[in-house]
Amino acid sequence: MSSSSRKKLLLMGRSGSGKSSMRSIIFSNYSAFDTRRLGATIDVEHSHLRFLGNMTLNLWDCGGQDVFMDNYFTTQKDHIFKMVQVLIHVFDVESKSINKDIDIFVKSLTNLQKFSPDAKIFVLLHKMDLVQIDKREELFVIMMDKLQKISNPFQFKLVGFPTSIWDESLYKAWSSIVCSLIPNMNLFNSNLLRFNEVLDAEEIILFEKTTFLVISSTASIQRQSTQPPNGLAAANGSVESLDPKRFEKISNIIKTYKQSITKLRTSFNNLVIRGSNGTSFYVDVLTDNLFIMIVLKDRVAEPNYVNAREDLVILENIKAARRWFEKIENAK
Amino acid sequence: MDNQEATNATILLMGLRRGGKSSICKVVFHNMQPLDTLYLESTSKPTSEQFSSLIDLSVMELPGQLNYFEPTYDSERLFSSVGALVYVIDSQDEYLNALTNLSMIIEYAYKVNPKIHIEVLIHKIDGLSEDYRIDAQRDIMQRTGDELLDLGLEGVQVSFYLTSIFDHSIYEAFSRIVQKLIPELPSLENMLDNLVVHSSIDKVFLFDVNSKIYVATDSSPVDIQTYEVCAEFIDITIDLDDLYVDNERKTAKDNGVKSISYLSNGSVLYLKQMIRGLALVALIRNDDAPEEQQDMDEVLTIIDYNVNCFKQALAKMWEAAKLAPPSLE
Repeated sequence: MSSSSRKKLLLMGRSGSGKSSMRSIIFSNYSAFDTRRLGATIDVEHSHLRFLGNMTLNLWDCGGQDVFMDNYFTTQKDHIFKMVQVLIHVFDVESKSINKDIDIFVKSLTNLQKFSPDAKIFVLLHKMDLVQIDKREELFVIMMDKLQKISNPFQFKLVGFPTSIWDESLYKAWSSIVCSLIPNMNLFNSNLLRFNEVLDAEEIILFEKTTFLVISSTASIQRQSTQPPNGLAAANGSVESLDPKRFEKISNIIKTYKQSITKLRTSFNNLVIRGSNGTSFYVDVLTDNLFIMIVLKDRVAEPNYVNAREDLVILENIKAARRWFEKIENAK
Repeated sequence: MDNQEATNATILLMGLRRGGKSSICKVVFHNMQPLDTLYLESTSKPTSEQFSSLIDLSVMELPGQLNYFEPTYDSERLFSSVGALVYVIDSQDEYLNALTNLSMIIEYAYKVNPKIHIEVLIHKIDGLSEDYRIDAQRDIMQRTGDELLDLGLEGVQVSFYLTSIFDHSIYEAFSRIVQKLIPELPSLENMLDNLVVHSSIDKVFLFDVNSKIYVATDSSPVDIQTYEVCAEFIDITIDLDDLYVDNERKTAKDNGVKSISYLSNGSVLYLKQMIRGLALVALIRNDDAPEEQQDMDEVLTIIDYNVNCFKQALAKMWEAAKLAPPSLE
């Protein structure tokens, strides 16, 4: 039982493509500037990260220089590619020798098929900030098409993301990767929806505590469940009009806040903001491993609105919900 | 009368070329990333920034390579119309030239306008080691003092600041400089002191939201860390708020952003928007009883009330200041 909650993630790619930078930003609270100080990774660097309490991520950051690479595919191959849950392959979009990059990708797919055929494959096209804005989309589609074709013979389904350490795209990618590993996502989602029925919020988002990656949100659940064929989501029109990158931005903002609070040698419990047009925000600890963010729209205009210290009511509601979410977490 | 008000609130930014004057302007008033200032062009003509906060301030930047003592240049009018002269010295470079230039400028400016505030930024200290900074400051202060003594200007008050655009020291320095130009500062500080005494607040700042300069604070000493946290707290609040603002509804009503954050050591960060792009940020410490949150709620209610009183007072003060522009003593 406990072994199944240990997840092995391989982080691979050619040298200099930004693998260790990603890891440091997401899991070690580095800022994008700090990553310049990182040197080359020698061989494989292991990190064990506790995620959501009882899930352990074993991240194998594989140094990408050719000497090490050759080693992975020959002498160490059964050691490296056994029992892999996730392969994250990083491509540098500025790379001069794409053929060699792809060659290595194919090699790792071959090995994966042999040693752990159930692995999920994620492809990150990294350093996207170096490409002109109007060309990014096109480049991404072309690359993904090509890579999917290559991996077809191995029966792997690729999931790709354009990423850069200088914006929120990195958080988006990692949040999808990590969410794919959470076994009881459905329980989280259904409970989140029920909590929303109580609160009638504009939006509720769940974050993991240490990394602030987005676990789940009401908007994304609704998108999954309705998925209207004509592309019209009439029920939640107001949420649809919001910034689609807001989750990543929030992750980023709150992480900055967490960092800045450490200067006072403490951490934060909650944050309540009453916005300029009446929207309220509540960020609070939900469980030992989760943070919750609730966005409520302005209700003063509604007929049966009672302004009886709403802040306290919401915080009290969060406390009540805490019990349920703790149960889900410990259910595994 | 109009003319006098304008004189009071102009800051003149001077220094030798490549001292970092434009970078300071861009970082403080335009929220530019410090690293991007590497690519700034050399400034060729005087530029000025309008900066509207509690007072209307303008910052004028002069190109370093100009000689102000050419007869064509109307330097007399220039110096007589400014409230503060900020001279930027590059501490990573050889600064003897800069010091000669500085004393020349001080001599001239002081003759034209004896009420001028003279501020010296010992800039780019991020590249110096900790102990060397103090040495550099002592050396520069010593030499400037000697130069002024030689010129027979013992009475001139010169303030020195160690600054860098890569941390918050430049904001701190500018805050102090701007504060000297606000005629209402003593009463503002008094009001903030009052607020602190009656609300169990540990430290309170009145910030300009756009530039993160604080125009006033209570009289307890400023701890740079608290300042940084408070300044970043503004950013976080504004950024989160912006994500959920629809553009049509934006102007409908603006009752002011307010945010409260409980920290795990029992302290509370409190922010409330005031008039004219100002925000009040307070750190409320509650060391003795971190569990008693009920207590904290009561404290916060009192603070809410007091802060509202403060806001009204501020609005009144602003009205009064507009009616009767304060004269230069």
